[in-house]
Amino acid sequence: MSLIKKIDYVEPDLEKWPIVKLTHQRNEFIREVAEDSISRLAKTGSSHPIIEEAVYLEKIRLTEKPWKVDRADEPVFWANIRKRLIKNASSKEKSAELDKEILELIVSRYSNEIAGKFNIPTFNFARKFVPIIFSRFLNAASNRNWKRIFSQQHRLYDRLQTFGDSEQIRKLSKIGTVVLVPTHFSNMDPFLIGYAIDALGLQPFLYGAGFNLYNNPLEAFFINRLGAYKVDRRKKNQIYLETLKSYSRQAICHGCHSLFFPGGTRSRSGGLESKLKLGLLGTAIDAQLLNFMKDGKDAKKIFVLPLVISYHFVLEASSLIEEQLKSSGREKYYIENDQFTSVYKITRFLWDFFARGSEIALSLGKPMDLFGNYVDEEGRSFTKSGTEIDVRDYFITNGELKAVPQRDAEYTRILGQKIIQSYFKWNIVFSSHLIAYTAFKLLKKNSPKLDLYGLLRIPEDFRVIPYHQFYSAIQQIMETLLKMEGDGRLILAPHLKKPIEEIIRHGLKNLGLYHTQKVLSTDKNGNIYCNDMKLLLFYSNRMEGYNLTV
Amino acid sequence: MKAQHPVGVIGSGSFGTAIANVLSKNRDVLLYSRRKDVVESIIETGEHKGKKLSENITPIGNLEEIAKNCSLIFPIVPAAHFREMMKEISPFLKPYHILIHGTKGLDSPRKNNEQEGRTPFSREQVRTMSEVILEESVVNRVGCFSGPNLSRELNDDQLAATVVASKFDEVIKEGQRALASNRFKVYGSYELTGIELAGALKNVIAIASGALSGLGYGENAKAMLLSRGLVEITFLGKALGGNTQAFLGLAGVGDLIATCSSPLSRNFSVGFGLAKGKKLDEILAGMNDIAEGVHTVPIIKSMADFYSVRAPITQTLHKILFHNFSIEEGISFLMNYPITRDVDFL
Repeated sequence: MSLIKKIDYVEPDLEKWPIVKLTHQRNEFIREVAEDSISRLAKTGSSHPIIEEAVYLEKIRLTEKPWKVDRADEPVFWANIRKRLIKNASSKEKSAELDKEILELIVSRYSNEIAGKFNIPTFNFARKFVPIIFSRFLNAASNRNWKRIFSQQHRLYDRLQTFGDSEQIRKLSKIGTVVLVPTHFSNMDPFLIGYAIDALGLQPFLYGAGFNLYNNPLEAFFINRLGAYKVDRRKKNQIYLETLKSYSRQAICHGCHSLFFPGGTRSRSGGLESKLKLGLLGTAIDAQLLNFMKDGKDAKKIFVLPLVISYHFVLEASSLIEEQLKSSGREKYYIENDQFTSVYKITRFLWDFFARGSEIALSLGKPMDLFGNYVDEEGRSFTKSGTEIDVRDYFITNGELKAVPQRDAEYTRILGQKIIQSYFKWNIVFSSHLIAYTAFKLLKKNSPKLDLYGLLRIPEDFRVIPYHQFYSAIQQIMETLLKMEGDGRLILAPHLKKPIEEIIRHGLKNLGLYHTQKVLSTDKNGNIYCNDMKLLLFYSNRMEGYNLTV
Repeated sequence: MKAQHPVGVIGSGSFGTAIANVLSKNRDVLLYSRRKDVVESIIETGEHKGKKLSENITPIGNLEEIAKNCSLIFPIVPAAHFREMMKEISPFLKPYHILIHGTKGLDSPRKNNEQEGRTPFSREQVRTMSEVILEESVVNRVGCFSGPNLSRELNDDQLAATVVASKFDEVIKEGQRALASNRFKVYGSYELTGIELAGALKNVIAIASGALSGLGYGENAKAMLLSRGLVEITFLGKALGGNTQAFLGLAGVGDLIATCSSPLSRNFSVGFGLAKGKKLDEILAGMNDIAEGVHTVPIIKSMADFYSVRAPITQTLHKILFHNFSIEEGISFLMNYPITRDVDFL
């Protein structure tokens, strides 16, 4: 375990950062992205049906989900496209060629919209002041007193515990391209990850930021200049998705370290991701192949770095679990009303976050290649038994290095599974996760006839767990967990190495600290009492998937 | 249509040898045997298991050579030795290799006799052969082939069909290219796990079918066993992560009919011998090749217990094989078993 400290940049010359270089050649890069997407779209056959689909879906989006940040000329643009499309259809000989022109127009518009800019002064400003602002906040908030804003008592990196081999990651970032795949529980994650990347001395990671964030001018200012590219989740048409993938793929080829939240959105259930969005992940595999095709054996390797963030509490827990229970887990479109759209709300969030001071752990997994093999400090891949692997061999079909879309799609699916497995492996278990899981399972066990929804509505009298029962269940699970840690299947936070009573006390104190009502408390007889079943479910889900028995 | 590289076959039991013969129509074949005497005798006589081998087949005693010369390899060794074999070849395998196995059994951490009184297996402790390959090597492109393919009929070049299953189109295609001929039709499927489970589970029913035949029962009894057996293995297969379609195809129904009707089938002859009053050890000692079903029964029985799936035929067979239950007792138990629904897995 080490505390994050300020370290030097692995590459101190900013001008050498791929992300900066791409900004200098922005127009050229956009052209490259557009060409790549057009050639890939061409492979799927005639462009007419995909343009039709785009026109249709965009029309619906414009009328049903307009956003402030949308460009004013959008309706005109799409109306024109539509007109040209109809006209083309009637001209028999040249319609394919004319359709291609339209396709180029759309792709070029999309790639311009997606492309980010990286601005060195803004970056320097953010790098310098964000930690200071964080620290000021932390001090003021921790003491619940704005007058303490200049106190030096608390520093952010004291709050963050990092686990994992940061030195290896620094080395790998120099010789290859790193794809960071963190878990996603809270809107707090991007801030923490950004801070951690910087504290590790790494270059900024390219990140696809939700278009909705740009609705807020302050955030837009920063995101726009920090190299993020825009992802508009309303746009589901094939042309847009292909352009987006091309952007990510080409950027990785250029050596930009990238960040994907492979879960797509925040975990609604509170559990570790069990199903990943594979679209952007696949671009890393494509990029690796392109690197090999271009540079042969010496091509830059791409490394996958899982990151698991552990909190004692998630501020948005209530709304997340509500959504989970209500739906389906299907993506919703009213993201505009999300917590993070106004400066006030961000400030409020940070204040709350720091005021409820508790631990946060960032667990950096062992870096892997794109096929789930661990890599050493020089980036060489090895089998479990220690034989070196040439990653190029994965892309060889019939003796030839080439793209095989079905194969590569399957590789992407396998990579997704490896990432999920790594989340479980590198997960840092907190006392709060443990007690929430145990409490929920015990309540379920004590009322075996109720289904999940019945359990969530269980009357107050039945929400009590006798302390001795709770104690012995925790004791039993701890035994299993210690064994699992020995087998390398998870990591226990240092505070779990204490006697059982202390673990319980620690857990009760920290579980869902932020919420108006404590999730679990002790009643006057010293028994464990649950105040909020839904939140208990949310926090208990964090330990789901390990097949623990209570 | 001969392609440049030879294909490898690991395992020179009757099925491995039969498949080497099928492959030799399209490609040069390297046939591996871990027994030196077998390799030598094939070189000397050009024959194996009483059958002349094609000129395109070269026997070989070295796994490294197989890995070096063949990018497409067909491992066909008994499930009980499969992991061991993978460990041996693994250092020589590269990510470009394609492995399509033909083993119809399961891998478990405990052997038959260590089973008693232990906690039952969950699916997590049991592996299909493709899972063993993934676990023990860097090979990603794995598949299996399975279907009604009795070795002796394949050797006589009779008509037959099989299904190659893999998540990779490429593997299916390569498997088809290597195996298919105008006497041997090869279908494709993405349901790798389902196909593997179907192949392994049907052996259980084959033993039961042999027992019924041995007792002199006729077609009604066999048809009853086959259809109830299909229901049982489909249920089990679903519980273990397979899907229904796989059980209705060549690797399920197809193979079930072939193995349950033919005295040529090893598993069938185990049941037949039991019905004739022989002891299990005696029967196994008299066989050249391994009857996978005998190893599969305890694994499946254990998993059925773990998941509380009703598997009356498997459970009864387990008692007959390992607990000196008589076949008549078993039959009377099954005939009085309280399941009355016909088909409810679709």
